[in-house]
Amino acid sequence: MSNLEKYNEAFMEVFQIGEDQLTDDLKYQSIETWDSVGHMMLMAALEEAFDIMMETDDILVFESYPKGKEILSNNYDVEF
Amino acid sequence: MSIIDYEKLLSENPFGLSQLNKETFYQKSIDDLSLFHANHCEKYGKLSKNLGPGVALPVRLFKLYDLMSIPKEEVKKTMTSSGTTGQAVSKIYLDGESAQRQTKVLTHIVQDFIGKDRRPMLILDSSKVLKDRRMFSARGAGILGFSIFGRHPKYVLDENMELNVPLLEEFCEKYKDEPVLMFGFTFMIWQYFVQKLKEKGLKLNLKGTLIHGGGWKKLVSLNISNDKFKEEIREYSGIDTVLNYYGMVEQTGSIFMECPCGRLHASVFSEIDIIDPITMEKKDTGKGLIQCTSILPTSYPGHVLLTEDEGEIIGVDDCPCGRLGKTFKIYGRIKGAEIRGCSDTYERR
Repeated sequence: MSNLEKYNEAFMEVFQIGEDQLTDDLKYQSIETWDSVGHMMLMAALEEAFDIMMETDDILVFESYPKGKEILSNNYDVEF
Repeated sequence: MSIIDYEKLLSENPFGLSQLNKETFYQKSIDDLSLFHANHCEKYGKLSKNLGPGVALPVRLFKLYDLMSIPKEEVKKTMTSSGTTGQAVSKIYLDGESAQRQTKVLTHIVQDFIGKDRRPMLILDSSKVLKDRRMFSARGAGILGFSIFGRHPKYVLDENMELNVPLLEEFCEKYKDEPVLMFGFTFMIWQYFVQKLKEKGLKLNLKGTLIHGGGWKKLVSLNISNDKFKEEIREYSGIDTVLNYYGMVEQTGSIFMECPCGRLHASVFSEIDIIDPITMEKKDTGKGLIQCTSILPTSYPGHVLLTEDEGEIIGVDDCPCGRLGKTFKIYGRIKGAEIRGCSDTYERR
């Protein structure tokens, strides 16, 4: 599985959404399941998928689907 | 609402301003919030007209009235206090911005005590607390807010509040060489963790930090002091840094943390004042009612609150831990007040 596929899978699984919803508009609180509980679940899923440990500050600024990719590639060497 | 530059405050040391330097911007922020809420929340507007601007709201008012300063359709999350059965609960209405700000500020304050690294984490509570995601109890919000410091947080109590011993043993074995983080509510930790470990004759060899809050009333009635609590946590879990926090659902985020010297600290996001219950004037020395202010609440008028807790200022800019600002001590709920607090309202059903 490519990194993008892993990334997408985490979103779809945690938030129970389809691939068509994975757009640049997907943001924290833009859908019902991406609330504060869902957020921590997403972080756990991504840490598991990429075998990384994110810093608290990165978890706080992880505010959207595109922003997350940026954080993972800049700070955790996950290439997309 | 951008009358306060939260981002700037979040980029600075939350305990880095002397009281004098803090007051210059802090009082203005509170005054601006008072004006904002008077203009956006009708009930608060009436109160400030009758009682004067910046009037402190008794925390009970959030049980009796729906108080908000935003249009109803902007409410993203409703937080509730942890009332006992039959008690009315406070309802706090948050928009997206306020909810996020609370998380950021909580993280910023707590990082000052435990650092930025996330640690293996034990939550000394039951996972059932987070069941309903839209109606958040204060307990759920506390657990979730602190979970950001944990790696794969594990709940040590099952649905029936029984200690999950296998999970605990596995955790202790796995992380015997690194500092961990434990989080929970004071009375529940005492009753369902410490007492159970004692009963089962278990002593853990964990190291790291325990952060706990939620009220002392029940432990005070059992004659358990903060020192005794710390001592038993050390003895039965091995954890030697035990930090209490003081906070309430009406001002989530801007909590007051206890430092290793045993003093509760106000950060740049909140302030503590002691009020004489007879004259209702602020006093610098001696015991009195705790008034809490916070510059975080924008979606509801909870920035100046009169609590039912008794406390005392113990110093200003002089804590040996180096953090600046006011430090204080709490003696518990004043007589005649109703039972509040995440751990004090827990009843076995």
